[in-house]
Amino acid sequence: MDFDFTPEQEAIREALARTCARYDLDYWRQRDSDGRFPEDFVADLARGGWLGIAMPREYGGAGLGVTEACIMMQAIAESGAGMSGVSAVHINIFGPNPIAVFGSEEQKRRFLPPLIAGRDRACFGVTEPDAGLDTSSIRTRAEWNGRRYLVHGQKVWTSTAQSANKITLLARTTPIERCASPYEGISLFYTDLDRAHAEVREIDKMGRKCVDSNQVFFDAMPVPKEDLIGEEGQGFRYLLHSLNPERALIGAEAVGIGRAALARAANYARERVVFGRPIGQNQAIQHPLAENWMELEAANLMVFKAAALYDRGRPCGAEANAAKYLAAEAAFKACTQAVMTHGGFGYAKEYHVERFLREVLIARIAPVSPQLILSFIAEKVLGLPKSY
Amino acid sequence: MKVIVAVKRVVDYNVKIRVKADKTGVELSNVKMSMNPFDEIGVEEAVRLKEAGVASEVVAVSIGPAQAQETIRTALAMGADRGILIKTDEEVQPLAVAKLLKAVVEAEAPQIVILGKQAIDDDSNQTGQMLAALLGWAQGTFASKVALGDGKATVTREVDGGLQTVELKLPAVVTTDLRLNEPRYASLPNIMKAKKKPIDEKTPADLGVDIAPRLKTLKVEEPPKRQAGRKVASVEELVQALKNEAGVI
Ligand SMILES: Cc1cc2nc3c(=O)[nH]c(=O)nc-3n(C[C@H](O)[C@H](O)[C@H](O)COP(=O)(O)OP(=O)(O)OC[C@H]3O[C@@H](n4cnc5c(N)ncnc54)[C@H](O)[C@@H]3O)c2cc1C
Ligand SMILES: Cc1cc2nc3c(=O)[nH]c(=O)nc-3n(C[C@H](O)[C@H](O)[C@H](O)COP(=O)(O)OP(=O)(O)OC[C@H]3O[C@@H](n4cnc5c(N)ncnc54)[C@H](O)[C@@H]3O)c2cc1C
Repeated sequence: MDFDFTPEQEAIREALARTCARYDLDYWRQRDSDGRFPEDFVADLARGGWLGIAMPREYGGAGLGVTEACIMMQAIAESGAGMSGVSAVHINIFGPNPIAVFGSEEQKRRFLPPLIAGRDRACFGVTEPDAGLDTSSIRTRAEWNGRRYLVHGQKVWTSTAQSANKITLLARTTPIERCASPYEGISLFYTDLDRAHAEVREIDKMGRKCVDSNQVFFDAMPVPKEDLIGEEGQGFRYLLHSLNPERALIGAEAVGIGRAALARAANYARERVVFGRPIGQNQAIQHPLAENWMELEAANLMVFKAAALYDRGRPCGAEANAAKYLAAEAAFKACTQAVMTHGGFGYAKEYHVERFLREVLIARIAPVSPQLILSFIAEKVLGLPKSY
Repeated sequence: MKVIVAVKRVVDYNVKIRVKADKTGVELSNVKMSMNPFDEIGVEEAVRLKEAGVASEVVAVSIGPAQAQETIRTALAMGADRGILIKTDEEVQPLAVAKLLKAVVEAEAPQIVILGKQAIDDDSNQTGQMLAALLGWAQGTFASKVALGDGKATVTREVDGGLQTVELKLPAVVTTDLRLNEPRYASLPNIMKAKKKPIDEKTPADLGVDIAPRLKTLKVEEPPKRQAGRKVASVEELVQALKNEAGVI
């Protein structure tokens, strides 16, 4: 067992930390207020070749694993960019995973290089208003009319759809009544988000203002056969495959934002003097922060265990889900504590920790809720009856 | 033309330095180490020369423990072509570094050697000058601009009170100042390529250089704590304080 990163992995972390240092806390606070997508930041990452970190080399990627992708996303979050920074590129990093794993040679050649270069931006359309976490009951359908598919229906929370030109889309191709199981008859597409047939409406939300999330309404959006990933009807299975790496990534991101909050809190606690001494000299202040550190670092071990298992081709469902859960909860606690440590100033935007707190909630809610993870662990690891 | 850049592994500039309890030096265990920032500027300058088609090869040289290899890898990830590590766990003082670099220069025959004007750990500001003297080469220190011409280099130097421009006959030694350039960050493809670039390993003995220290460190201490300032009400009071209390005017 080796808990050290390799020199190459350290170099990745270092290079990203430096790239991100150009985008300081005031930059992100500004984006949080004007809501402008961080185009310059994303362009910088694309120029550095970072968007292809986990994509195969044949298509312009670096051919590295989920471990390195986790290191990358953690470094971005930890720089203070938080979810604003990671969500701006998250879907480019993990979204193409099903294409890389299940796509045809022709599709990989067509889809991956422009994504890696940052010329294409992809959004991810899975969640629907009436299906929620029960993905098998999605209603968006792609109907084959003999020449192409036509997509009808509605997605919700589709992040970056304001500027994305591509969408990874999950849709029913066989009505649920005609399927042996609700998990069949669902297909995965990677296709143009054709705005003539898709209306995108932004959702006004709590945090991460610069990376939009949207309602998307499809009205007979045409999709050519060449944009179907793998076999028709197998989409749910393909999606499941890419969920585990995403869980690990979200976990890594959450630990990053938690560390950023904790560092600011500790710094403030060292410097802020009331009652004639630094507030950090009081155990009521320092003990919770010490606890935050322990919880974040423990969660981080689970994150990199899950990533290492995935990279070795081993099953990692329990670890990836546990990593996501532990990291998001630890980070949420750390962000809350960071605000509380700052007293009244924690509530002021100038001190940045309130933004972390608003953003870290995303890691708890999406892409799977803590309740569903607990249900999954209870069922799959502990052998308890399925509860959902 | 070949360019050699010297890269030193030092305590990262963000680290808060702590003096060891026994006052023999500063705490190095569990401390983040990085490339000396002035050397990063040196690597950047060399890589730019290569990109401009002026330099044909950039060789990064480091002297230090096995971990100094990581510092060389950083240079390779920035665009240097290969590395030479002169491995030693001993203390190596500026004169010994200059002698080791001289041996490397004699074997490699570069047209330019670029070093930082100083390393941020011991701040000696000696190695470049000593190397030039040992080689009998021209030197352009504290460079804020370097232009290469036919067999010569024009170097703008940051000196007290302004800028001085000197013309050097090649081969020459250049040491970098802060404003020479802004070093790039390694891109992912270059980090990947750096893994495959060769690093040659030697020892001081291989090069026949005696690196025994010529200077002895007696003790290392924290600088005195800065006292809090004081507000004065008027210029008169300030002048009085400077005269009577500080005794500086
Ligand atoms: C900022 C943000 C960005 C997002 N980006 C995207 C995106 O780009 N693409 C995309 O497809 N989706 C995206 N999502 C959607 C996200 O994945 C969903 O919000 C998430 O999967 C939860 O689904 P839901 O909101 O429908 O909650 P629901 O399914 O309605 O769940 C509501 C609550 O009920 C609980 N619950 C439900 N069933 C059970 C049960 N059986 N037992 C116990 N508790 C239960 C849940 O745990 C949750 O607490 C995003 C969400 C957010 C907030
Ligand atoms: C939205 C908002 C509105 C406000 N409105 C008003 C207003 O109208 N008028 C007004 O006068 N004020 C107002 N305040 C200020 C508020 O009352 C102060 O923020 C609060 O009293 C805390 O003071 P502080 O922010 O200076 O925190 P600090 O005193 O700096 O405390 C920082 C942290 O250290 C902890 N701490 C300090 N000493 C100890 C100790 N000995 N042991 C353990 N822990 C310790 C505190 O519990 C806190 O967690 C407002 C604040 C906010 C956020």
